[in-house]
Amino acid sequence: MSKTIGDVILNVSNISLAFGGVKALTDISFDVREHEIRAIIGPNGAGKSSMLNCINGVYTPQHGSITFRGQTFDHMDSHDVATMGIARTFQNLALFKGMSVLDNLMSGRNLKIKSNIFLQALRIGPAEREEIMHREAVERIIDFLEIQAYRKTPVGQLPYGLQKRVDLGRALAMEPQVLLLDEPMAGMNVEEKQDMCRFVLDVNDEFGTTVVLIEHDMSVVMDISDRVVVLDYGKKIGDGTPDEVRNNPDVISAYLGTSH
Amino acid sequence: MFYRENGQFKTSYRADQQIFGITQDRAGVLLLIAFAFLGVPFLADEYMFRAILVPFLILSLAALGVNILVGYCGQISLGSGAFMAVGAYAAFNFFVRVDGMPVVLALLLGGVFSTLVGMFFGIPSLRVKGLYLAVATLAAQFFCDWAFLRIKWFTNDSASGTASVADLQVLGFAITTPLAKYLFCLCFLVAFGFLAKNLVRGAIGREWMAIRDMDVAAAVIGIRPMYAKLSAFAVSSFIVGVAGGLWAFVYLGSWEPAAFSVDRSFQLLFMVILGGMGSVMGSFFGAAFIVVLPIAINQFLPILGHMFGFTVDTAALTHTEFIVFGALIVWFLIVEPHGLARLWSVGKQKMRIWPFPH
Amino acid sequence: MGFFLETLLGGLMAGMLYSLVALGFVLIYKASGVFNFAQGAMVLFAALAMARFAEWVPLWTGIADNRLVTTSIAFVLAGVVMFVVAWIVERLVLRHLVNQEGTTLLMATLGIAYLLDGVGQTIFGSDIYKIDIGMPKEPIMAFESTFPGGIMINKEDLIAAVIAAGLVILLTLFFQKTSTGRALRAVADDHQAAQSIGIPLDRIWVVVWCVAGVVALVAGMIWGSKLGVQFTLSTVAMRALPVVILGGLTSVPGAILGGLIIGVGEKLSEVFLGPYVGGGIEIWFAYVLALIVLLFRPQGLFGEKIIDRV
Repeated sequence: MSKTIGDVILNVSNISLAFGGVKALTDISFDVREHEIRAIIGPNGAGKSSMLNCINGVYTPQHGSITFRGQTFDHMDSHDVATMGIARTFQNLALFKGMSVLDNLMSGRNLKIKSNIFLQALRIGPAEREEIMHREAVERIIDFLEIQAYRKTPVGQLPYGLQKRVDLGRALAMEPQVLLLDEPMAGMNVEEKQDMCRFVLDVNDEFGTTVVLIEHDMSVVMDISDRVVVLDYGKKIGDGTPDEVRNNPDVISAYLGTSH
Repeated sequence: MFYRENGQFKTSYRADQQIFGITQDRAGVLLLIAFAFLGVPFLADEYMFRAILVPFLILSLAALGVNILVGYCGQISLGSGAFMAVGAYAAFNFFVRVDGMPVVLALLLGGVFSTLVGMFFGIPSLRVKGLYLAVATLAAQFFCDWAFLRIKWFTNDSASGTASVADLQVLGFAITTPLAKYLFCLCFLVAFGFLAKNLVRGAIGREWMAIRDMDVAAAVIGIRPMYAKLSAFAVSSFIVGVAGGLWAFVYLGSWEPAAFSVDRSFQLLFMVILGGMGSVMGSFFGAAFIVVLPIAINQFLPILGHMFGFTVDTAALTHTEFIVFGALIVWFLIVEPHGLARLWSVGKQKMRIWPFPH
Repeated sequence: MGFFLETLLGGLMAGMLYSLVALGFVLIYKASGVFNFAQGAMVLFAALAMARFAEWVPLWTGIADNRLVTTSIAFVLAGVVMFVVAWIVERLVLRHLVNQEGTTLLMATLGIAYLLDGVGQTIFGSDIYKIDIGMPKEPIMAFESTFPGGIMINKEDLIAAVIAAGLVILLTLFFQKTSTGRALRAVADDHQAAQSIGIPLDRIWVVVWCVAGVVALVAGMIWGSKLGVQFTLSTVAMRALPVVILGGLTSVPGAILGGLIIGVGEKLSEVFLGPYVGGGIEIWFAYVLALIVLLFRPQGLFGEKIIDRV
């Protein structure tokens, strides 16, 4: 089944980010088209997570701007980014350890909950109906990710692979248009990676969600992504289809080293 | 074996989301409330009401408020004494300055003022956390200490600096006997407990816990830290303010600012730590523990002294309280950081599988 | 003008005393990442120990007339006591709370504070005791030629300021120049990481709490000779909290500067602002000042900025 890749939905222009003397990103520009799977790859410390953090408003870049659906911002506000429909998973999880799986996923629905605090205190009428409605939406995600057995378990007690799934589920609960995934397959074995790949492809396929994916496993990247951006030491050294990037000499020397 | 939920299948999300999903829990709580309203009045004597039950109920309410802020939302507050004071003095001013003001309304209005003050002093939480926030809340505590002492208007310009109320009445019932006071406070506690439980298991409760656990991630999924933190301060201060009003009106009758000093703030914090942070039941456990402990020491230590031949004066009693408190806090934090509430749920877990060991 | 200068100087001196207590806070935080709520209780404990030992040493050793000797022995004994306290705290409490989050450790030190208060008063008694270390009580009148009547400077405060300054220089050198100092800074950053590279956490912690204990002893000695040693001494130490916040938790010079600012601010506001608002504002002035600074600089004046990484 072929999919249609749409126009540019997210555009990153000349982003530069520094922490004191450490330059995390230097003049990064790339675009993301709707419905595509865009991979960001590069050695450790290349600035990939920092790039996503800029998009989410966790870091504020010193230069550059980000355009989403025609609106340009020179710094992003985390709340606005979430409202615009950009969701995120984290390299080091960042789950709410004190809550159950269900509660973690329900927290992803928070933006959509409208009843005010007084109605919630009484838990009648609209508040109760909303809780049930969002519970149904979250249960669909639980079914999708096959974590039904762990609903009520505190996430801190789950093995790493399942925690990663919950992280993904929380992002999916936001019903995002763009999904930023930060190394979703780190630390997984072959079967878990296959499961995760399947989830990512299903999300992209069924819901049309645009996916921006940071990943180290080259076979995954070559298999599932439509286009790839390569970063090294905070600079962009490659941009194109997986095949183009694979044959790019700069990319090869960054990853494999050149022979002298 | 006693606590099995086998056979209790939930067929709708509504059923799954009830406050007390397990029949044993529901029955237990209803029985407890019935006993509190109908049984205790016949079993307890005046001393128990006055010295144990009424302070327990009011401090439970205050601990519940503090737990929402500290336990659920993770914002350290050492200013709860001040918020109790605001609730008490605001309620007092409404009660004596407005003719015919009903007591309950005065107490609730006191809570509203405490909410406003709480939200104001909660603003630093948007910039700082942990210890720095604790110091900011101490600023609230000491400022209120000073304000209620020095600004005569708050005490209705009384010469002695104390405020007092008398002859409280609700719908024609006088709240003067220990039994009446007990029932009055019990109504407040049950009502607020129910509301608080609904809040913490709903969307706002999840927001609070998200901020507590990882505020950066919470912001990324669209939770506004400002709204979550200030709402925690608001709800917490409201409950604590009403508790302060109850403490002043019902328990003390006449009071000075020292009743709400920084020691009170520490006491409430200890209740929350010992009882269990992030747990409604925990607040009650903690309050019960801390109300009963000094009385237990008072009774027990002289007996020990007789046995081992040392005299026990009031100073020694105070020191022993300090030692026991300090040791318990440290012990709990090492052994069971989630407090008595966790011990309780572990106990229930054992009851589930008894007589099997695991 | 003379009066203003006098108040100013008085504030500076008082500020130095605050800095002494604040130093203990900063030390332990810098070296283990723990904020020690029990510092005030440690000051009281140390002062109590020294006061009672000063009474008891003549009885034990029979040296009744040489006050310098008995006081020195009492000082040393009190220092030993603080070492024992440090060792016990590390053994019974800190060892079991390695790598717990900051809030837990903070509350644990709260528990330790209560313990120290109770135990200290049980062992050493709860009356008011005197520490007499031969500090001169008469004030100096300085600058008599510039201002009529001169400016009154309290000799006691002056000596305290000198001692505090000396301590600060010693400690700054310790942290920056010695390998133990480096190890302490590593521990403050990450307990487990420091452990994994072989830094002996338990010994480090005993060292740190011991040093903080000695600082508490010096502070307690000076405060105690000024105010007498009693229970309220530990609450006086609570006044040093805003100093730490103002200066920034990780900065030794910050503690000094913060103490001076708060000392001066308190004195000046009490004398010049106080009469307009009913007096007694020194109980909250320091805290509100710290609060305002926090709103603009969440890390204090000299503290390190914390960057949250996700």
